Amino acid sequence: MDTTTRDGFAAPMGQRRPAMQLSRNRRRGALQGRIVHWLFFACAAMSVITTFGIVASLLSQSLGFFREIPIWDFLFGATWSPILRDAEGNRHYGVLPLVSGTLLVATIAAAVAVPAGLAIAIYLSEYAPDKVRRTIKPVLEVLAGIPTVVYGYFALTFVTPLLQSLPVPYLQENLLVFNALSAGLVMGLMIVPMVSSLSEDAMVAVPRSLRNAAYALGGTRLEVSIRIVVPAAFSGIIASFILAFSRAIGETMLVTLAAGATPRLTFNPVESIQAMTAFIVQLALGETPHGSLEYNTIFAVGLLLFFFTLGMNVLGHFLVRRFREEY
Amino acid sequence: MARAELTALLNPRLAVRKRIGAVAYVIFIAAILLGLAGLAALLLRVLWQGAPWLSLHFLTDYPSRFPEQAGMKSAIFGTIWIMGLTGLFTVPVGVGAAVYLEEYAPKNWFTRIIEVNISNLAGVPSIVYGLLGLAVFVQLLAMGRTVIAGALTMSLLVMPIVIIASREAIRAVPSTYREASYGLGATKFQTVKDVVLPHALPGIMTGTILAMSRAIGEAAPMIAISALVFLTFIPTDPLDEFSVMPIQIYNWVSQPRPEFRGIAAAGIIVLLVVLLSMNAVAIYIRNRTQKRSEE
Repeated sequence: MDTTTRDGFAAPMGQRRPAMQLSRNRRRGALQGRIVHWLFFACAAMSVITTFGIVASLLSQSLGFFREIPIWDFLFGATWSPILRDAEGNRHYGVLPLVSGTLLVATIAAAVAVPAGLAIAIYLSEYAPDKVRRTIKPVLEVLAGIPTVVYGYFALTFVTPLLQSLPVPYLQENLLVFNALSAGLVMGLMIVPMVSSLSEDAMVAVPRSLRNAAYALGGTRLEVSIRIVVPAAFSGIIASFILAFSRAIGETMLVTLAAGATPRLTFNPVESIQAMTAFIVQLALGETPHGSLEYNTIFAVGLLLFFFTLGMNVLGHFLVRRFREEY
Repeated sequence: MARAELTALLNPRLAVRKRIGAVAYVIFIAAILLGLAGLAALLLRVLWQGAPWLSLHFLTDYPSRFPEQAGMKSAIFGTIWIMGLTGLFTVPVGVGAAVYLEEYAPKNWFTRIIEVNISNLAGVPSIVYGLLGLAVFVQLLAMGRTVIAGALTMSLLVMPIVIIASREAIRAVPSTYREASYGLGATKFQTVKDVVLPHALPGIMTGTILAMSRAIGEAAPMIAISALVFLTFIPTDPLDEFSVMPIQIYNWVSQPRPEFRGIAAAGIIVLLVVLLSMNAVAIYIRNRTQKRSEE
């Protein structure tokens, strides 16, 4: 018999031993081993139960919503006012303004974080001496550990006034107190470490021999970095962009505090918008009675948000794994 | 002289290429400085605006409509309650799951599902966990908007962090230790309990502290559960209502009166001091064990 995971013993078991005491101990050990095995299994299964719980709770509450609002109107309607009634006394449940608000902020964030994160990753992986690298990395990682409510405070009380004071007439005249631009810029700062550390991991994994070959052909350091290392690590780098973007979409407190609460189908960054997550917080803060249409609305938006981020994460992890197998 | 001329003759564009390289280098450095400047601006802004409002009574007073009297006592105690219970729920289950996946799990489709599932759970937005907690703990299990519902929600949120860190720590324990233990006749459970876990402990602790420092700053899921901001009592048992520090800060930031911005900044200082010291402890443990294993 060989080592096995099923019973309590892992050591190879010899022949039956004569001592009764030992065999009784062993039997007790085997039983204990089985119980422990199942306890550990139950712990691991908790994660599957959690996922099941998320999907089930989002779906079941959304069902109440979709019974009253056709799913088509929800997904493709261009007006979102689930609380306030318009002049005719109607409420509107078209989620597009929330989606556009979320995407607007996340796109601005990506416009900051993708070039900056990639540049930092190239520097850390290809240029920086070991000592510099070991000091800069943890400092940048502090950025990733700061609570998002702090970023919200920073965007609202520092970045927005700063942007308004810039010598740009358009910003001075049009930038609102709550706007997508400052929320997006600060969110970019927040996700830079995510892009840079995941991209750097991908670049460090590129074999030394590829670089040496390129240097032997006379490439400069930049040429080796951009034309050899970056393409070789490409799927890992793209994965870092996708995972960071998904993080930006799910981010809550920053957009709640700094981007506003006015759902509007616009791609103008100086305007006030409302993100999906910010809407959920807005309604969760109010006294929404359990089971009401308003209450169910936040689950419908949550479900959409969940599918958005899940899709991007699955794609991101798929790319990371695929890339790992290459070398 | 001869050599430089020869290079120029063989490769006329080399000087240009090198100059492009130098420009790119400047851009890379600029990107790093941009990140560091952003961090510095954020910290300085918070310090500058919040320091005048910091005082002892800020820590020991309840929130108030009057800026001079506002404090974060209830939020601090709420955070302590949530953190304590979250640790209590998360660590045993998270470490148990890690032990299962590293030491017990057979290589089959179900194990694969668990693994993929954990990495996907780590990417679920925190507000979605808040909705889960609201639907399951607050409503379905009728716990109400209580400390226990908040802590359970938070445990689910940080569980993937603990599992992933613990798995790495357990994987790093050399297999020779396990074999030696089996050789002495220990059962699998004895080996896990007395050999693997003690050696993986520093890594597990680091992961746990990092998970806790993530939990301490999370406002979104707690807003979905608690929804209370002006709390003038401290929770005394798990079935009390609660507020936490990030919710309190959120509330202050969104107050219209400018004084409350300063108070929010003071609250942020308290939060960041706790959070950064937790990270420092985690880094200290990590460095100490790294040194030991290199020796």
